[in-house]
Amino acid sequence: MSHHIVEVRDLRHTYPDGTEALRGITFKIHHGESVAVIGANGAGKSTLLLHLNGYLAPSGGEVRIGDTPVVRTTLPEVRRTVGMVFQDPDDQLFMPTVFDDVAFGPQNLGLPPEEVERRVIDALERVGCAHLRDKPPYRLSGGEKRRAAIATVLSMSPDILVLDEPTTGLDPYARRQLMGLLREFRHTKIVTSHDLDMVMELCERTIVLREGRVAADGPTREIFGNDELLAACRLERPLSLQGCPVCGR
Amino acid sequence: MAHIETALRDLNRLDLLAGGDSAIHRLDPRAKVLVVLVFLVTVVSFGRYEVSALIPFAVFPMVMVAAGGLPPGILGRKLLVVLSFAAVVGLFNPLFDRATLMTIGPVAVSGGWVSFISIILRAMLTVSAALVLVAVTGFAGICMALERFGVPQAFVLQLLFLYRYIFVLGDEGARMTRARELRSFGGRGMGLKAYGALVGSLLLRTWNRAERIHMAMLSRGFRGEFHVRRTSRFGRGELLFTAGWCSIFMLLRFINVPHLVGALVTGVFQ
Repeated sequence: MSHHIVEVRDLRHTYPDGTEALRGITFKIHHGESVAVIGANGAGKSTLLLHLNGYLAPSGGEVRIGDTPVVRTTLPEVRRTVGMVFQDPDDQLFMPTVFDDVAFGPQNLGLPPEEVERRVIDALERVGCAHLRDKPPYRLSGGEKRRAAIATVLSMSPDILVLDEPTTGLDPYARRQLMGLLREFRHTKIVTSHDLDMVMELCERTIVLREGRVAADGPTREIFGNDELLAACRLERPLSLQGCPVCGR
Repeated sequence: MAHIETALRDLNRLDLLAGGDSAIHRLDPRAKVLVVLVFLVTVVSFGRYEVSALIPFAVFPMVMVAAGGLPPGILGRKLLVVLSFAAVVGLFNPLFDRATLMTIGPVAVSGGWVSFISIILRAMLTVSAALVLVAVTGFAGICMALERFGVPQAFVLQLLFLYRYIFVLGDEGARMTRARELRSFGGRGMGLKAYGALVGSLLLRTWNRAERIHMAMLSRGFRGEFHVRRTSRFGRGELLFTAGWCSIFMLLRFINVPHLVGALVTGVFQ
């Protein structure tokens, strides 16, 4: 197995209406790394994520997960390896109960019922939602929904977790809880977010996108120290790196 | 559009009842669906002037409400709403069908009135049975039963998804109408034109959401086959429940109990 687990090479994508969303993106992500993908609205973050599990096919370039290129024939394998948590948990939780939802992936993998049950209980316990197993998704709170959505991918034992805006719409407590949870995971993590303070705490590396290209790729602290770059990409320093609002220091 | 919100709240309440844990709740959904189906067919199969023979059928919803620990108030209120529709359906019967069918003392009762009452009775029985079924089984349970009875999975999935997303869609619709109402002044902006635009954009949003859900399904290995967990089984309790109720319905269908009781009483007094 190669030492890098996600490799994106000169990835380009043009939507059918002619919008050029990605214009040649290249990066490598190694085992166990925690990487943030940030950028202004419309910079191409979501489009990039949708290539990582093969939902969108590139117009040019290629994506490799481990040793496997992401092409039509490898999709089942790729989708097991890459666990994708979408932005709106209501899109992710579509079954009648939380249990059924978490079991959806393992069942599609063709696992025997006892194994499915074991994995579901295990995944729910890891996100602290074991007591919600028989609840219908529309009765969960925002934070519970988010954690249940993460359990739905954990149950497939992915090697890579891809999270699209995991902290949007959460209250401060639920956000902290979720960040604590994500920090515990030993998976390779790829996170997009506008919550730069969360990025600061969770990701040691950051990739900045601007108009479909990589504007910067490096250690998170370095990137957030570069005000010129941030301003050019319509971003700003996380609050934790800004001066005190009272004394300015 | 306050009534959308109220309707959703009512549905929500009915759905919460299904989370109960009585002996009735614990039965396999198939038994309950089957019994209610037989009940409906039996009630509907009576002739249009039948009133007295229908009355004993009320015992089924009543027993289910009692045994399932359901609050009669909520179900009663829902029943009243549906009843107004039934009344409209039967409205013209007394006007068109004026032939006297029977006389109670000095009052002649026309066939129209008898059939009107019969319609109301039937509506009450069938609707209360359906409400009780949802309240003790839950929508997902009913869908599961349908699937195991051999209803094509595509239909069952449609129903399941409809139910899952009706709350999401309802919320979205309610938010949009609220936004419109808050920016409409003196009746302007409340017209059909704005309404059309609103419904159109709701449709487009739904479309987008469907796409995102499909995306989420694909990324979890969905390949066109849907697995539904099968936990409950059709055991002796279910068999007893089904056979018991079905034989009671058959009995009530072919023996007019109120008549029988009436004949007995008059027989004793003569």
